[in-house]
Amino acid sequence: MKLIFERGSAEQHLTLLPACDVPEVHFEQERQKELHLPHLCENELTRHYTEIAKRVHGVNDGFYPLGSCTMKYNPKINEDMAALPGFTKIHPLQDVETVQGAMEALYTIGESLSDIFGMDGITLQPSAGAHGEFTGVMLIKAYHTDRGDLARNKIIVPDSAHGTNPATAAMCGFQVVNIPSGEDGCVDLDALRAAVGPDTAGLMLTNPNTVGIFDKNILEITQIVHDAGGLCYYDGANLNAVMGVVRPGDMGFDCIHSNLHKTFSTPHGGGGPGSGAVGCKEFLKKYLPGPIIVKDGDKYDFAYPEKSFGRVRSFWGNFTVVLKAMTYIMTLGKEGIPEASMNAVLNANYMMSLLKEKYTMAYDEICMHEFVMCLVDLHDETGVSALDISKGLLDNGQHPPTMYFPLIVHEALMIEPTETESKESMDEAAETYLKLYDLAKTDPEALHAAPVKANCRRLDEVGAARNPIVRYTF
Amino acid sequence: MNFPVELKYSRDDEWVQMIDDTTALVGISDYAQSEMGDLVFINLPVVGDAVTKDEMMCDIESVKAVADVISPVSGVVAEVNEALLDAPETLNADPYGAWIAKIENITDFAELMSADEYKEYRGI
Repeated sequence: MKLIFERGSAEQHLTLLPACDVPEVHFEQERQKELHLPHLCENELTRHYTEIAKRVHGVNDGFYPLGSCTMKYNPKINEDMAALPGFTKIHPLQDVETVQGAMEALYTIGESLSDIFGMDGITLQPSAGAHGEFTGVMLIKAYHTDRGDLARNKIIVPDSAHGTNPATAAMCGFQVVNIPSGEDGCVDLDALRAAVGPDTAGLMLTNPNTVGIFDKNILEITQIVHDAGGLCYYDGANLNAVMGVVRPGDMGFDCIHSNLHKTFSTPHGGGGPGSGAVGCKEFLKKYLPGPIIVKDGDKYDFAYPEKSFGRVRSFWGNFTVVLKAMTYIMTLGKEGIPEASMNAVLNANYMMSLLKEKYTMAYDEICMHEFVMCLVDLHDETGVSALDISKGLLDNGQHPPTMYFPLIVHEALMIEPTETESKESMDEAAETYLKLYDLAKTDPEALHAAPVKANCRRLDEVGAARNPIVRYTF
Repeated sequence: MNFPVELKYSRDDEWVQMIDDTTALVGISDYAQSEMGDLVFINLPVVGDAVTKDEMMCDIESVKAVADVISPVSGVVAEVNEALLDAPETLNADPYGAWIAKIENITDFAELMSADEYKEYRGI
């Protein structure tokens, strides 16, 4: 399809402007070259974006079980609430006296999230998940630095972690210590004991972990790290499995980030922006990025924590995203939040039981909100890989699950249906997976050729990575 | 897959070719490059830096994943194969020719295996 610059012509215009009724001003330094701006009439413009919209696949188009991403449906009431004029027609620099309602909203979701996290303090500034991770690990750094314990320069990360964890630790100036997972995909306690020491700043962990299993040793894990003088950071990537059921704070974690765009149903994946709220225990509150919202009687105000390590973002974070998450929490309430998590776990187990009929599970046990299939046997027997099955799914109108992740499972497909899929949609999806499994055995070539019905055939991923063309030349 | 008998292999899929008692070339095994798939990027270690056995030496990236290259020896980086920066695909095409770094002043080794032991370890 054409780029927006390739559509229209110099004669097309978007709006009929009235005659200029103020004196024209000429700048001393005139632009030397004409700006390359698109010239489209409104009709053409809407066609352009409609064409793009037709070529994407979102959760409103069909099943989207992207493991570890929690692509749940985003209720439309969230949009209505975030669009209220009282929230949208204000300015972040307005006097606090005039925006008490907006501040109350931020304070309210801060309280709700603290409740769900089992934490005491919160910042809503981080723009998304990795930004939240950065903020959380900076809290750990601020804590050690403030105590003058400068020898703690290592962050421990299990080998099943999201790639952002080691990247975050490195960004914060720490060395990354990778520890191998046990046979069951959980933290190997002996490996952890061997890794901790006086140089341990902290541990970054998700629970349930990246293979969808709740690590039963979690209290012992956080104890080992605390005994060594380190802190424990909870990556909220998989919070959807446990919200309102078990609290990271009670597992022994000292700080946490949560992707509001995953767990709390704000738009996600190209539809963002996101929000990576960070919570912490009482003893870390004084290091939080400022300003934070404080309540004094009925009044809300901004305040800087005593030893804040600084701002991580302009103004107050992605405000309207936070409002959508607040709406979600208030819609579901104290009973609905844990029920959503339990349904997410139920759905994943239902889907796993359907697929187990043919596919090999990487960890064949009751899972949490997601599960991982291992297609090594199928690949060895038929030559059809996890990638080929994924391409086959595209031809069937489904978004493939996460593939080749976590790295500790070979030929992995990682499925997370979320609580917002009905039994019917999961039945239908599972039928397609099973059909493709049979097709792999009878006609592997058909899957090697897939997709044939999608907008694009196989993309040259290697070429795109080795020789990326990231600039449009006029 | 090919595993030259004159090389030693680590549990993290790196190979070691000794040049003298305290100097060696290191790279990734045929198994490692095959598991990674088409490599598109390498972050080379820095000449003069110390590397420690069983710890990260540098990282490689394919269209599937990013992985750490774990040093099979403790020593000092004497030289790096800068040609890999422009042609990381050489690691796929010729994993044993595409050495990553030359390490000198080697003081310690990770647990290293012969080609046969390594093949058994990886079930090949």
